[in-house]
Amino acid sequence: MWEVFIQTKPGLSHKHAGTVQAPTAELALQNARDVYTRRGEGTSIWVVPSKYVVTSEGIDKEAFFDPADDKLYRHPTFYQIPNDVKNM
Amino acid sequence: MKNYLLKLADDSLIMGQRLAEWCGKGPYLEEDIAIINIALDQLGQANNFYNLAANLFNDGRTADDFAMLRVEKEYLNAQLVELPNGDYANTIMKAYFFAVYQNLLYENLSNSADEELRAIAQKSLKEVKYHYTHTETWMRIFAQGTEESRKRIEAALENLWEYTGGLFDEVEEEENLVALNLIPASKQLHEEWKAKIAEDFAKFGLEIPASEFMQKGSRKGIHTEYFGYILCELQYMQRTYPNCVW
Repeated sequence: MWEVFIQTKPGLSHKHAGTVQAPTAELALQNARDVYTRRGEGTSIWVVPSKYVVTSEGIDKEAFFDPADDKLYRHPTFYQIPNDVKNM
Repeated sequence: MKNYLLKLADDSLIMGQRLAEWCGKGPYLEEDIAIINIALDQLGQANNFYNLAANLFNDGRTADDFAMLRVEKEYLNAQLVELPNGDYANTIMKAYFFAVYQNLLYENLSNSADEELRAIAQKSLKEVKYHYTHTETWMRIFAQGTEESRKRIEAALENLWEYTGGLFDEVEEEENLVALNLIPASKQLHEEWKAKIAEDFAKFGLEIPASEFMQKGSRKGIHTEYFGYILCELQYMQRTYPNCVW
């Protein structure tokens, strides 16, 4: 079982698109190409064996995530971005 | 040039038709999609060549008419592509032999003196490069996998080898087209093909059959007993409901 990540345009991050079943890494890549980029969805593919993906399942969710909710000063929303700056 | 284009178109049409028979029946979901993608690519190539041929024939027939309304003597495909799929090993080997051929063919046609032929070849070359990548991967898996996979790929080889020569049989005007730098010479393609197969088979650990015998009749409208069934499925709708659309 492999997790598939697709990058739609160079420079953007690879996003998780789904999974494929395949016996080898080579086939996983090819199968991912056929299953997840049929409609021009991507220009780069990563496949990772599912067993190597470490998740936060089973971790104390409150301790892990809640403390970030009340720290407004961490959000970069207090700057005035000049109109001429296009990509920030 | 007309018959040469039909030869290319018919190869792709029938190969696409055969591979499409795996739709919904592939060994597993992802591979089902993979083999169908290859089939779709082939149908796209056939469409391009039929359109080009229709322009040349200029007798009111469209690409659809060529694809679906001729009689079996008029189809100039190689017998290899009309053979039954059999098991997946057989299908893969058939597709592999064809992919090696198409890569050499389109690489050469990318230098054709004819602009339209060049354009189709350049686009199709990208598709068949992937067909080769995929089928070559599977050839290695079959040949170097288990006893069972080995047995099956060797059975496929025995089944298919004598039909590979037919890919390189010629239609009538080919020598003239070669002289005009429009198409590559079939004999030369055959030599390059054999060299590539030899190189790959050494990698796979498979033996090229010793026999020089090749089935005859390809490109002359002479078909195997399987062809009638393909045409029946392919042409049924158009012949029963002429000009039907959906």
